[in-house]
Amino acid sequence: MAANEPVYIAGAFEHPTREAPDKSEMQLHAEVAKGALDDAGLPKADVDAFFTAGVPEYEFALSPLVVADYLGLDVSYADTTDYGGSSYIAHVGHAASAIRDGKCDVALVTLAGRPRSRGQATGSGARELRTMQDSFERIYGATNISMYGMAARRHMHEYGTTPEQLAEVRVAASQHAQYNDQAMYQDPVTVEDVVESKVVADPLHLLDCCVISDGGGALVIVSEDARAELNRKCVEVLGHGESPSHHDAGRIDLTTTGAVQSGRRAFEEAGLAPEHVDYASIYDSFTITVLEAIEDLGFCAKGEGGEFIEGGTLQAPDGDLPFNTDGGGLCSNHPANRGGMTKVVEAVRQLRGEANPEVQVDADVAIAHGTGGSIATRHGAATVVLGGEDR
Amino acid sequence: MTWEPRPVPDVTPETEPFWKGASEGRLLLSECQDCGLVYHYPRVLCPDCFSEDVEWLEADGEGEVYSYSVTRTMSGWPKEDLPLVVAYVELDEGPRLMTNIQADQDVVDVGTRVTVRFKETETNDIAIPVFVPISAER
Ligand SMILES: [Zn+2]
Repeated sequence: MAANEPVYIAGAFEHPTREAPDKSEMQLHAEVAKGALDDAGLPKADVDAFFTAGVPEYEFALSPLVVADYLGLDVSYADTTDYGGSSYIAHVGHAASAIRDGKCDVALVTLAGRPRSRGQATGSGARELRTMQDSFERIYGATNISMYGMAARRHMHEYGTTPEQLAEVRVAASQHAQYNDQAMYQDPVTVEDVVESKVVADPLHLLDCCVISDGGGALVIVSEDARAELNRKCVEVLGHGESPSHHDAGRIDLTTTGAVQSGRRAFEEAGLAPEHVDYASIYDSFTITVLEAIEDLGFCAKGEGGEFIEGGTLQAPDGDLPFNTDGGGLCSNHPANRGGMTKVVEAVRQLRGEANPEVQVDADVAIAHGTGGSIATRHGAATVVLGGEDR
Repeated sequence: MTWEPRPVPDVTPETEPFWKGASEGRLLLSECQDCGLVYHYPRVLCPDCFSEDVEWLEADGEGEVYSYSVTRTMSGWPKEDLPLVVAYVELDEGPRLMTNIQADQDVVDVGTRVTVRFKETETNDIAIPVFVPISAER
């Protein structure tokens, strides 16, 4: 197989639920797997590779084994790379490589989880010291929000970024969410609404933070041969890059993320550049996550993200860089606290012309980018560049 | 549940001198004798060059706030211990370490000069470093 053999996303499915008190996590995995296979028009028996990451409710489980067991899969290839929320974006690249290596033809990627039904509260778990690093970090009560808050503070200090500029991210997401019947928060908000919402971890407000939702999603990635049999518009995987980024022995730069590396690698593999991107799905765990990713992916210079996103840049259909047209993790869905899957799903919808009509853009090239873990310590950045079939 | 005294960190053979040092009022960093990197958190192999020739370096315990966030509400954390200032302090020796600034939030800013203090944990000979603004000390 040639290294440049085309690989496609043939099926994409987002679970419609945002709260699933009466379903098991495994059931959600099965429902999204079925949804994505139905979307592709493929039977389960054709799946010969499986990708998933952590199973949040089963802390010590061997995740590919318990999920593959529940789904009754018979596969020749499996991968469980866990970058937190960005895992599923990395899995798209890993599946493409496995297909090009001739290891498989039809790869299934699933995500599911129920943090909302389990009653997870914002910032909980501060006292749990699980990893070696937690003894040097979480022992200080550092939460995900305060860590992203530190990133926001440093960005504001170095570049003069304002809370109002960060709020533009939420405003754009909320403008899109009003057209998504499944979004958790469908009411458009203003910059004032965001900066006047409760401060959770200074300088981040409640509306700078993503939702907590149950649910999941799945993708089906196929070889050229498998795609030829399908009666379904597919999306081509043009490029992939990833970067496990870390504390760097005490030299961490809170204003820069692994997107610098993952984005460069993805664009290089695609033979494209940021100016070719018509639509961007960008992981929005917090508003600052989006701002730093936009800079690091090369949509504007470092430090200019605040000005760049002012004036509706991120708003579909007319902004220069329409993003997260489903409402994103900020307004619609952040299943299992892992937002990478829905980023790929919405990019696929855009390239197939299946986004909500009010926010559908004329897109030939899209990216899906994620930052899993914490940009204030360790995170896995993952980027894919995707192309429409009629490009 | 209260947050004071602090829970005991995961003390491993490679990090024990750091925690014990803190209980004696000393802030220990790691210094690679081959490439010269001064780093934190402790590791027996230099994370830059993988040299095993690493020695403890006692820091002066002063630095400046690299960034900080003020947590106003947090489940699992006693209300009376809020707001909580979580920060990265850039030590004069180089490394940025995550910590708490024990001070009113209105005297903390990026660049604020700080000096180390040590908080007891639930175990006698293990303490953790936190920081206070130097100006507030005078
Ligand atoms: Zn060294």
